[in-house]
Amino acid sequence: MSAAPTDPAFEELPDAPPRRALRLTWTGKVSAGIILVWLALALVGPWIAPFSEAEFIEEDLQGNYYLDPSFLPPSEQTWLGTDYIGRDVFSRILWGARTTVGISLAATLLAYLFGIALGITAAVAGGWIDVLLSRAAEVVLSFPSIMLGLIVIAALGSSIPMLIVLAGFVYTAPVFRIARALGQDIMVQDFVEAARARGEGRWWIVSREILPSAVMPLASDFGLRLIFIILFVSSLSFLGLGVQPPMADWGSMVRENLSGLGNGFAGGAIASLAPAFAIGCLTIAINLVVDDLSVHEGGLLADKMI
Amino acid sequence: MWWMVLKRLALGVFLIWVVSLVIFAMTQILPGDAAEMRLGQDATPETLAALRHELGLDRPAYIQYGLWLSRLVTGDLGLSVAGGATISSLIGNRIGNTFFMASIVTVIAVPLSVAIGLLAAMHPGGLIDRVVTSVTLGLVAVPDFLIALVLILFVSVQLGLFPAVSYLSGTEDIFQTLRALALPILTLITAVASQMIRMTRAGVLNVLNSPYIEMAILKGVPRRRIILRHALLNAIGPIVNIIALNLAYLVGGVVVVETIFSYPGLAKLMVDGVQNRDMPVVQACAMIFCSTYILLLLVADMASILSNPRLRMPR
Repeated sequence: MSAAPTDPAFEELPDAPPRRALRLTWTGKVSAGIILVWLALALVGPWIAPFSEAEFIEEDLQGNYYLDPSFLPPSEQTWLGTDYIGRDVFSRILWGARTTVGISLAATLLAYLFGIALGITAAVAGGWIDVLLSRAAEVVLSFPSIMLGLIVIAALGSSIPMLIVLAGFVYTAPVFRIARALGQDIMVQDFVEAARARGEGRWWIVSREILPSAVMPLASDFGLRLIFIILFVSSLSFLGLGVQPPMADWGSMVRENLSGLGNGFAGGAIASLAPAFAIGCLTIAINLVVDDLSVHEGGLLADKMI
Repeated sequence: MWWMVLKRLALGVFLIWVVSLVIFAMTQILPGDAAEMRLGQDATPETLAALRHELGLDRPAYIQYGLWLSRLVTGDLGLSVAGGATISSLIGNRIGNTFFMASIVTVIAVPLSVAIGLLAAMHPGGLIDRVVTSVTLGLVAVPDFLIALVLILFVSVQLGLFPAVSYLSGTEDIFQTLRALALPILTLITAVASQMIRMTRAGVLNVLNSPYIEMAILKGVPRRRIILRHALLNAIGPIVNIIALNLAYLVGGVVVVETIFSYPGLAKLMVDGVQNRDMPVVQACAMIFCSTYILLLLVADMASILSNPRLRMPR
C-alpha cells in the first residue's frame, strides 16, 4: 500500500475500463447527417417552406392563371410539382416532416418511458407483479401491430394525440420485454449483489446500478423501435386512418396522390413517390446508424428486427 | 418435451380467447351501438328497442359476449351494418382471395429466401454476402407502399407489363388472375423475403460457429458439404421458426398491399370496415387475422422447442 490517495499517478487511474469511442462507418456518417437534416426540418419546416400546407398554386411566376393546377410537373416555382388538388409538394413535405417525425418520436419516447419503467419494475419486483405485467405484454404482442391500430381506431376514431398514445401503447410491450430481460440480466451481476450487500435501497440500485448499465443496449433498440413506429404511423396514415387532411403527412400524401402515379414522371408520379422516399430515406438512415451502433455493441441487434 | 408442447398449445388457445375478449370490449367503448348505426337518423325509440332486442343488445355485456363468441364459432356472424349483407357471405367472398395471394407469396418467397440466405452464409464477408446484406438491410426498413409505388411506376406505368390495379370480377381464368396479382405478389415477396433472408443467414451462421462444424472443417470436409449436410440439417428448426415468424408478418403486410392495389381481399374489407365504423365486420376480420397470427407464432415456438434439445427440458 505504497500509493497514497493523493498520489497523482494513482488519481489518474480510471475506475472502470475506458469506453471505446463510437466510430461510425461512412454510411453511418451519411445516415446520421440525413437523420439530423430531417429532425431540423421537423422543427423549422413550416417556416422555410415556400408555401403553406393548404395553399393552392393558382398562377405561375409570370402571373398567368393555370387552367388546371393539379399534378404539375416540377418547375422553378414548385420544385417537386403540385399534388392532386394543386398544392406544392415540396412545401407539403417540409410541413409533413413535423407530423410524421414528431408523432413517431413522441410515440417512441412514450413507449420507452412506460416500457422501461414497467420492465425494470417487473425485473426488480418479481413475483406476481412480474407475472401480471408479462402476461399483459404477451397479450398486446399477440396482436399484429397494425391490427391493434385498426381495431382501436375503429372504436375510438383518429386524431394526433390518439395516434401518439396508440403507437406508444402498442410498442410499450416490446420495450417492456427487452427492458425486463436486461434488468434480469443485470440484477444477478456481482456489482448489484455488492450494492445489495451494502444495504442500498431498491431505488438506489435501480437508478445507480441497473439503469446506467442498460443505457447502451437500449440506445440501439430505440432506433429500431423508432423505425417500426414511423412505419406503423405512416401505414395508418396511408390507409386514411392516421393524420387527417388538410394536414400534411408523408403517409397520407402518398395515398392522396396515388392517382397521379399512372401519369408517369411528367404528371404527378413524383407527388406520391417523393413523400414515400422521404419516409424510406429516414428509416434506412436510422437502420444504418443502428447497424453501426450494434457493431459497436458487439452484438448483431439488427438480427432482432422481426 | 410433450409437456412443454402442450403448455405452449394451451397458451395459444388462452391468447386467442383473450384477444377475442379485447376485440369484443373495443365495441363496448363505442358511444351508440349497432342498432343506432344501422337505423341511422330516422330511428324512433320503438324501432331502436325492437332492433336492440332482436340483436340481443339489451342483454348484459357478458351474455352478449357469449352470444357473439358462439356465433363466431358456428360462422353465423350476423349482418354488416353498412350494406345489410351477411358478414359470413362478405368474408366468404374475400377470404379465398387473401389466402390465394398469401399462399403464392409463401410458395415463392420461402425457398427463394432460404436459398439466398444460405448462399450469403456460405462465404460470410464475400461479395455475394455483402451485396445481399446491404440490399436487405435497406429493404427491411422501407415501408411496403414504397416498394409497391416503385413497382407500379416502373413495371406497370413505364413498361406496361402488369396492371397497377388488381381488381377481380370473378370471371378471370387462372392466367388473368395471376397477371392481375403479379405486382401485389412481387411487393409482398420483396418485403417478406428481405427479412427472411437476413434471419436465415444469421441462423445458419449461428450454427456454423458451433464446435462440430469446426471439427468438420478441420477434418477437411468440403465447404459445400458442410453447409448442406451438417449446418442445414441443424438449422432446419431455426429456419422453420423464421418462416413462421415472417408469415406472421405477412398478416400485417397484406393490409397495406391490398389497399394500394384495390385487391378484393379480407384486409381491404377490414380497412373499409374501419372507415365506415362497421364494427361487426371489423370484429370478424380482426378475429381471423389475429388467430392466424397467434397460430403462426405458435408454430414458430413449436419449431424452436422441438429442434432445440435445451429448450425441450422443462425448466
